[in-house]
Amino acid sequence: MTRAMLEATDVVPVQKKKEKVYLVTLKRLLKNKLAVAGLVIICLQIAMAVFAPLIVTHEPAKQVLSASELPMFSEGHWLGTDNYGRDVWSRIVYGARISLIVGITAVSLGLVGGITLGLLGGYYKKMDGIIMRVVDLLFSFPGILLAMLIIAILGTSLVNVAIAISIWSIPSCARIVRGSVLSIKQKEYIMAMKSLGASDIRIMLRHILPNATAPIIVFATMRMGTAILSTASLSYLGLGAQPPTPEWGAMISQGQSFMWTSPHLTIVPGIAIMLTVFAFNVLGDGLRDALDPNMDIQ
Amino acid sequence: MIALIVRRGMQLLFLLLGISFLVFSSMFIAPGDPASMIGGPTATTSDLEAIRADLGLDDPFLVQYGTYVKNAVQGDFGYSYQSRQPVGEAIIGRFPNTLKLAVASMIVAIIIGIIAGLISALKHNSWLDVTSTTFALAGISIPNFWLGAILILVFAVNLQWLPVGGLSAPFYTLEGMKQLILPAITLGTGSAAMIARMTRSSILEVAKADYVRTARAKGVKESNVIWIHTLKNAMIPVITVIGLNFGGLLGGTIITEKVFAINGVGRLMIDAIAARDFPMVQASVLLVATLFVVVNLIVDIVYTFIDPRITYD
Repeated sequence: MTRAMLEATDVVPVQKKKEKVYLVTLKRLLKNKLAVAGLVIICLQIAMAVFAPLIVTHEPAKQVLSASELPMFSEGHWLGTDNYGRDVWSRIVYGARISLIVGITAVSLGLVGGITLGLLGGYYKKMDGIIMRVVDLLFSFPGILLAMLIIAILGTSLVNVAIAISIWSIPSCARIVRGSVLSIKQKEYIMAMKSLGASDIRIMLRHILPNATAPIIVFATMRMGTAILSTASLSYLGLGAQPPTPEWGAMISQGQSFMWTSPHLTIVPGIAIMLTVFAFNVLGDGLRDALDPNMDIQ
Repeated sequence: MIALIVRRGMQLLFLLLGISFLVFSSMFIAPGDPASMIGGPTATTSDLEAIRADLGLDDPFLVQYGTYVKNAVQGDFGYSYQSRQPVGEAIIGRFPNTLKLAVASMIVAIIIGIIAGLISALKHNSWLDVTSTTFALAGISIPNFWLGAILILVFAVNLQWLPVGGLSAPFYTLEGMKQLILPAITLGTGSAAMIARMTRSSILEVAKADYVRTARAKGVKESNVIWIHTLKNAMIPVITVIGLNFGGLLGGTIITEKVFAINGVGRLMIDAIAARDFPMVQASVLLVATLFVVVNLIVDIVYTFIDPRITYD
């Protein structure tokens, strides 16, 4: 009987109501022009990353020394070539793939760690003190410094950059989730679940977490921008992607030596990073406004 | 207030111990044998054993950590594997450049951020507001190493108004100031954008407050309503953002120093990571993290002075 009741309660947040909430959020989001622009840029970037082999005109690592440092809008190389004669457009397209993969990996790992710590800290008072002290400790490092410290231990590579950024994301995510858990666990429906004998895991995963998704979605979107920017920064410093990987930050670092003769080698990857980070930031802003129940829907 | 400072000071002490433990243990688990790094490829087994005994590398982990903390408190962070120079000396020699850069960029960020936020809020929903907010969003999204490269290209290479890099001249000389302009703008842009956003939203929020409406209803001059009633209260969260950003700027100097070839702690750290020079990495990370938490503590305390409504009880 109790089991049946528990299962019934899992389905209770009626499907229609959920759909309505999604529609309202989408409606609000689509009213925000900047957020829509961000969404379009991100969709284009995802398409670029997925269909990279079909879009590129050349192999991104293929060197043609006879065609080195061609300017923009050259025949067959509309974004020019670098000092090794590699096609800049093809490298930018593959760079989008790398940025997205590293960003998604780092943010996902960070979310798993942050959500776990936040749920445990918010739900179990006894664990809260220890978890929050660890979070405070991780907050004591300026973000990039923590990432660098982790890379110093693990060594320089894109995989380690993703791990470093994910660890750096954990404390912020844990704090956000913990805050939500603390307020949600006081709600009557959680008390009701407890009195029905639901296990803590069930309450946390099926009843608290789904109600804490709004701030997590906003955090993840904004964090994607930060992760992509940090990946580029660390690669620029020589701590991430290594040559000849077509990573945007590494491309700027290599292009900087030829800034006098071929400024496009620095300018083009920079614009790619800026547009992507801008897109995630404005989409995050838009989502925050759209998911805020205090805002009026006109 | 004194009780608050003492309590936060004690918390800071524990936090510093935690930071030092994390930094020390992270280097402890990092691959590579410090004795081989110091001894070099020609060192014999007995040489390596002597180095290990000398540095106490055979001691248990906690004993090594205890020795490290004891020495660090006395300013002894060991010797660099690379240059054989005392680490503390190397860092102190580089620190003024990092501090100069962080302070100059903070000044740039405050000036640009507050002015932009102010204009944006006072001309709410005008083209000035839209332009300012868009620039603020772009400012947060710009990779600062890229912005630095572009500024070098325009102002140093093409126009030749400012030097390409370095920070060798004293900051109070004309040359020193010229050297600081581009790095400060590069590093300060992101913070300026954040300060502008916070200033704008804070002013707009305070402008809706009852006491502002009351001031207007009483017939107070509009300039007084803005400068005395609105701005004074709106600046409280802005000050927090400024304080937190200063800590962040200390971390941000790492990248800017590389772009402008500035001999600061950040560049020292990057070189040390590449060379796996662990004592140097440990000490420089420890220094930046310590400054970061100290600045945050000062911001917290200043915050209670500015806003008496806030207590940390």
